[in-house]
Amino acid sequence: MESLSVNPASADIASGDSVAPILSISGITKRFGSLAANQNISLSLHTGEIVALLGENGAGKTTLMNILFGHYRADSGTIEAFGEPLEQHSPEDALKRGIGMVHQHFTLADNLSVLDNIMLGTESLWQPFSRRSVARKRLQQIMQDAGLNVNIDSPVRDLTVGERQRVEILKALYRNVRILILDEPTAVLTPQEVDDLFVLLRSMASRGLAIIIISHKLHEVLAISDRVVVLRGGEVVGNAETATVDRNQLAEMIVGRAVERPCVEARPAGEEILALRAVTVRDRATHRIILSNIDLQVRSHEIVGVAGVSGNGQAVLASVLSGLCTPDEGEFLLQGETLKKPSPRLLTSKGLARIPEDRHTDGVVSEMSLWENLLLDELGQEPVWRMGMVLDRRTARQQACQLIDEYDVRCHNEEQPVGLLSGGNMQKLILARNLARDPDVILANQPTRGLDEGAIATVHSLLIDARNRGAGILLITEDLDELLRLSDRVVVMHDGHMSESLPGAGLTPRELGLRMSGAFDNNAT
Amino acid sequence: MDILDILISASFWAATIRIACPLIFATLGELICERAGVLNLGIEGIMTAGAMSGWLWVYNGGDLIGAVLFAAAVGAMLGLLHASFTVSLGLSQHVTGIGITLLASSLSYFIIKMLLPESTSPPKIVPFQNIDVPILSSLPFLGEALFSHTPLTYTAFLVVPIIMYVLYRTPWGLAMRIAGENPVALEAQGIDVIRVRTLAVMLGSALMAIGGASLTISAFDAFYFGMINGRGWICVALVIFASWRPGKALLGALLFAGLDAFQVRMQQQAGAYIPYQFFLMLPYVLSIVAMIIVARRAEYPKALLKPYRRGERL
Amino acid sequence: MRLELRESVPWWLSLAAPIMAIALSLLLASLLIIWAGESIIDAFRMMAIGAFGSTFALTETLSRAIPLTLTGLAAAIAFRARFYNIGAEGQLYCGALAATLVGTGLMDLNAFWMIPLLFVAGALAGGCALLLPWYLKTRLSVDEVVTTLLLNFVILLLVSYALEGPLRDPMSMGWPQAAPIIDAGVLPALVPRTRLHAGLYVALAAAIVLWLLLRFSVFGFSVKALGLNSNAARHAGIPATRTLFWVAMLSGALAGAAGVSEVAGLKGYLTLDLSPGFGYTGIAVAMLANLHPLGVVLSATFLAGISVGADSMGRALGVPSYIADIMVASAVLSVLIGLMLSRYRVRR
Repeated sequence: MESLSVNPASADIASGDSVAPILSISGITKRFGSLAANQNISLSLHTGEIVALLGENGAGKTTLMNILFGHYRADSGTIEAFGEPLEQHSPEDALKRGIGMVHQHFTLADNLSVLDNIMLGTESLWQPFSRRSVARKRLQQIMQDAGLNVNIDSPVRDLTVGERQRVEILKALYRNVRILILDEPTAVLTPQEVDDLFVLLRSMASRGLAIIIISHKLHEVLAISDRVVVLRGGEVVGNAETATVDRNQLAEMIVGRAVERPCVEARPAGEEILALRAVTVRDRATHRIILSNIDLQVRSHEIVGVAGVSGNGQAVLASVLSGLCTPDEGEFLLQGETLKKPSPRLLTSKGLARIPEDRHTDGVVSEMSLWENLLLDELGQEPVWRMGMVLDRRTARQQACQLIDEYDVRCHNEEQPVGLLSGGNMQKLILARNLARDPDVILANQPTRGLDEGAIATVHSLLIDARNRGAGILLITEDLDELLRLSDRVVVMHDGHMSESLPGAGLTPRELGLRMSGAFDNNAT
Repeated sequence: MDILDILISASFWAATIRIACPLIFATLGELICERAGVLNLGIEGIMTAGAMSGWLWVYNGGDLIGAVLFAAAVGAMLGLLHASFTVSLGLSQHVTGIGITLLASSLSYFIIKMLLPESTSPPKIVPFQNIDVPILSSLPFLGEALFSHTPLTYTAFLVVPIIMYVLYRTPWGLAMRIAGENPVALEAQGIDVIRVRTLAVMLGSALMAIGGASLTISAFDAFYFGMINGRGWICVALVIFASWRPGKALLGALLFAGLDAFQVRMQQQAGAYIPYQFFLMLPYVLSIVAMIIVARRAEYPKALLKPYRRGERL
Repeated sequence: MRLELRESVPWWLSLAAPIMAIALSLLLASLLIIWAGESIIDAFRMMAIGAFGSTFALTETLSRAIPLTLTGLAAAIAFRARFYNIGAEGQLYCGALAATLVGTGLMDLNAFWMIPLLFVAGALAGGCALLLPWYLKTRLSVDEVVTTLLLNFVILLLVSYALEGPLRDPMSMGWPQAAPIIDAGVLPALVPRTRLHAGLYVALAAAIVLWLLLRFSVFGFSVKALGLNSNAARHAGIPATRTLFWVAMLSGALAGAAGVSEVAGLKGYLTLDLSPGFGYTGIAVAMLANLHPLGVVLSATFLAGISVGADSMGRALGVPSYIADIMVASAVLSVLIGLMLSRYRVRR
């Protein structure tokens, strides 16, 4: 621990040198109810420096940046930018001072052009006209200087994820920011796109831009940053020059205690339980093919991972497999039986369980209680539904309490609305609902997105247990570590096409990345 | 040949344009609200309130221009009420809209009854008079059809390009469109979503109220109970029909007005065989048909009906 | 400002919303009464007496509460599923039209069969009036609010045509009204020499059945889940289209039943002014009851009292009876805020 200064107060001195920092944050504390999201955090940033804010989900990174950018107000602490204090500021003030932020979820309007998106907020709202040609010229200049290129007249919906991210960065550059915050910028990119992004960030930093990059991925942080600040449980636990840090120490600091993510042991796969044969889906409105000729097989005792940059057909695949979307062509087989008209309910009755991508919108009804949410999948089942129709509230509650105990869902009681649960507990509740009936196939779509390390470990071990008991699991995820760790086989999706399956063992992120950018796909343009 | 006779008469085209005037104002008003992400079902009531207040202003000795401004102010206030429910508090846009419609129309009727407790036939005022555009109005056919209308009617047609310009060519229009597409994008650029949406709803409601007022101070000369008679709901349908574009909204309003004018004339000719109720039904039925036609390719503003709460999802 | 779900809503808090709404609408009404130059106390006293002050007043209020309960239930079930049926007015007339078709001499049954038959016919007609909006919403995602609203006008014009054409009573001396319901179809009076009729039982039974249905049945559970989060409900396998079909049928049927009870109970024959906006007031009834079927009975009685009271006050004092509609409307708006405050906690 010698090389890391653990005391946040001395951190500034360690990195301060003689040049004054352009941004210094000191003693920031922010509470949400009883939870201290940020506790006495201090941080500084110099011109041309890339600082990584490292920590697992829920460590307080995003909260801190939201405070800096003016979305939240800190309970205490001060922020000083370019030598002047920044108090009670709004995002507008932050932007005016030269602080820009690229959010993890892009803040773009899909139906509007790139130019519109970039010009938003750059002119006074009450100006009776818009200087579009001036803006266009300036933007072209900026793109040229930064080595960035996007078609500024195309609507954002036609851009790839990587291009959208460049639009977000352009938005910041257009506003002359001198400090750029990037929140988990690599989460949606292929490893190759990550490389491009890092080259771009380096060149922007060399021209004087100061960058804060938020990440929970150690290797990326080591590759890009000059200095790394580690957060855990809302506190700064480490702050050091990246060149001087020991990778293992850093890893331990992020997690605090060593949480072991469970691993799968190889096991021979069983019989085929779920299969897609030559499945094609067209978009309802545009009739464009969004899922093309997909062949997929899931056998019992195996986890099949689906890799791909988001928006390449995984969502459609998931909705086909959950019965929400009927394929236009091809066959959908479950337990050897061809399903003519699959519906979510039919699939449930045939032993399919699903963990939807977005817990809040698709997984739970947040205004309903825990026990009611636990009933959602199987309405009309004895013993909760007497004679298959009349709700026995007492039995329902008892059953819920059992599940809550068994799956360790932390809550006050079973009557509490689900919306108040933390992400991890909400996911455990969804798993409880799905796994309690011992399904044969599990569709797990981004099962750990946004969860902290402890919850991720729980989710993984529940999935592995289910596999070991004989279930076949289709795991759709953007987290390559998760994918490689859990999957027996991996398939890659690109532009609605699916690759041949690859054995999970021995696969590297780089190999996957190549396929994710379409290398397998002959039809890719 | 009856139908052809109607179509080639200048009075039919003049009537079309006259009838379109309130529809244009109100449809544009609704369009602005929805473009900013707020469905304003208060439209029927706001039009009633506009009709009442415009008429009242003139009845109390005010001038006609003042009446338009007064109606607009009343509309804007009702819009503010709507926005404080649906935008600031994020409450149900459906229920709020219906509530505002009930409130605004019953208040309007209450006020009329208060002021004129005994009158059975509503008192008349002197409305906007037709202004003949010099030279153009003396053109054969076109002169009568297009260039002999009240100033408010001309204004309606003038408002369309203005709204188009505002929506597509000003920073505020851009902010408004983004408020209806992805409000988080506004917040991220340091623009207050609540303020943008509130102003849009107020502006839209003001236009609706002017649309209502155009009935009492331009098309007719008195305030009747139930005079809006579903025009507001038709405008909501027209906005969908127009795919949220001002140009198409103008077209839709003209189409409907034409139909209405046609229906009245057909009634006189075919009334003997077909009961008049079926003619009166046409605008409502066609509004539904219009929505069905565009349903498959309707591209709603993405954030329509979605309340925005600050700091959420960031 | 941030809103946070409350962990649990204590019973007194869930009552707070309607009480606050009532208080606010009384406040607004007071302002209008002051403007009208009358004394607030007098005005409210006269309203109370007019609504609840005598047997006659009470029966008047209750007989007005019957259609309001039914349309209120129609709105409650629909709104619970977020199926915004604003067409109860039209469905009410459909029910009344069906009752007129069946009950004015088409067949001659005794009362034991005739009355249920009228209700079945009316309910079916009301339900069918929602088929088109249901189909358009679920298949083409056309907003049901606009379609149901527009259909109100279409249906009213249809009724107008029927009353001036095929259904006009030859004995009506030119008035647009239909022939009276035959004696076997007329709902018996509950209190002699008043207008209160057996439709009251129908309304109460409907409320209780709907409550049981929503609280204990698979259907009720599906409606709740679908209304609160249709995505999650769909994902979990709740058949949205089918559930909404039954919601639409039930909602329309209840509104249709309101029409039947007005024709067969109160008026005896169909006219164009059968309903002074019961369909729209039903929305207020349902909102004030927080969409709870049993609460609907209470709020319908209350709002019926306001309108009956306002009528009698309007006759005595110089306050137009439109004040009742204003109170209803302001109750709808203020109950929205009240409900939000009771369900969420406001955090800075």
